[in-house]
Amino acid sequence: MTIDWASLGLVSVVSLAAGVAVVVLVSFALVGLSARVRPRPGGAEDGAPTLSAGAGTAIAAVCLAAVVAIVGFGLYVIVS
Amino acid sequence: MTAPVDVSLIVIVVVITALVFDFTNGFHDTANAMATSIATGALRPKVAVLIAGVLNVVGAFLSVEVARTISSGLVDEARISPVVIFAGLIGAIIWNLLTWLLGLPSSSSHALFGGLIGATVVAAGLGAVHFGAVLSKVILPAIVSPVLAGIIALTATYLAYRTTARADSGTVTKGFKAGQIGSASMVALAHGTSDAQKTMGIITLTLITAGVLSPDSGPPFWVILSAGLAIGLGTYLGGWRIIRTLGKRVSEIETPQGFAAEASTTAVILTSSHLGLALSTTQVATGAIFGAGSGRRLAAVRWSVARQMVVAWILTLPAAAAVGAVAAWVASAGTVGIVLVAVVAIALAAGIYAVSRRRPVTADNVNDVGDDAAVAHEPAVPAR
Repeated sequence: MTIDWASLGLVSVVSLAAGVAVVVLVSFALVGLSARVRPRPGGAEDGAPTLSAGAGTAIAAVCLAAVVAIVGFGLYVIVS
Repeated sequence: MTAPVDVSLIVIVVVITALVFDFTNGFHDTANAMATSIATGALRPKVAVLIAGVLNVVGAFLSVEVARTISSGLVDEARISPVVIFAGLIGAIIWNLLTWLLGLPSSSSHALFGGLIGATVVAAGLGAVHFGAVLSKVILPAIVSPVLAGIIALTATYLAYRTTARADSGTVTKGFKAGQIGSASMVALAHGTSDAQKTMGIITLTLITAGVLSPDSGPPFWVILSAGLAIGLGTYLGGWRIIRTLGKRVSEIETPQGFAAEASTTAVILTSSHLGLALSTTQVATGAIFGAGSGRRLAAVRWSVARQMVVAWILTLPAAAAVGAVAAWVASAGTVGIVLVAVVAIALAAGIYAVSRRRPVTADNVNDVGDDAAVAHEPAVPAR
């Protein structure tokens, strides 16, 4: 009986990296997009240092592009 | 697409039974892709099952990697007949229907393997089962994969909440809802590629056993098409009982958790499928949902529901094996035996369906768990 520890290890590492990366990138993108919304005066965010709307949008675009790349690679993996 | 003339009746019976199993696999596993999306309202129930159904069909066409692994790994193909495969499928179908009635997300793959192993032992003895392969290709991944998916989902959920804690809540909710549509679609696609292939593997195995196909050949086009359609139709009809369990009874899932669970499920299924490991989509998705539930707050998961699932998971392989063994024993009596097994199986299926109609779970009441015992006795912690 042979257990393919190498494959199992590879699956663990790759799926951990990919799964967490996608979620964190989307989270960052949403933080970036939040900069486009004006913080409520007197709210928790009022007075806190915030991104400019343009910088936030740029961060979101970069993060989402990375997500699209990972998902695209996932689709490539299914097809290949 | 002409069927060879020497295909005997039993081979046709097996192909039909395999497609019925594929159908039960579909509605048993709709929840894997769509439970959290339906629970969070990212997708309306009817829309969710339609997307899942279509993507399962598409997924079935995308790869034939796993189909070859299953048909040449777990049992000695030279020593089993189409009757054995038929009996194994019956075991898997009955167990799938029973766990669906109870709303338990057990693994369709394990039911299939269990049924086949039970039937093979009766027909050809213990020696025809490759127990080493069973351990390394089925049991070990089954223990590792839900834990792995759970850890990934837990980590991802924790980081998602930490990252977005100070962001605009409206933007975050809307963003993760949109993300959930994408991630749920990926799970459905990955499910089609991995689970439709199990049926393709079985049908191909049968055709090889009957001498219609040469050993080591891949599934013909009509096999891929019918397996894809059967699993897609089953998925579209939606196993609402299991969707309710995974979407509402495990935890109160919010959109970031739903997204994290689905992204983790996709990552595990795709990487393992690429390496030819036959993972149970159900166990991966369930592990991910528990991980996502715990990632917000440990106490937000109903562990009593988890205990029920673990019991069902442990029972799945031996229970399906037992039904498969009995079916193989009866079916070995020849045509009369096969007819008897088929009639009893249909009667059991009809009975299970009749019982399910007493308290039906549908697209309209799937998120309504007010009368659920586990939910009433172990209320999840309210949202932050």
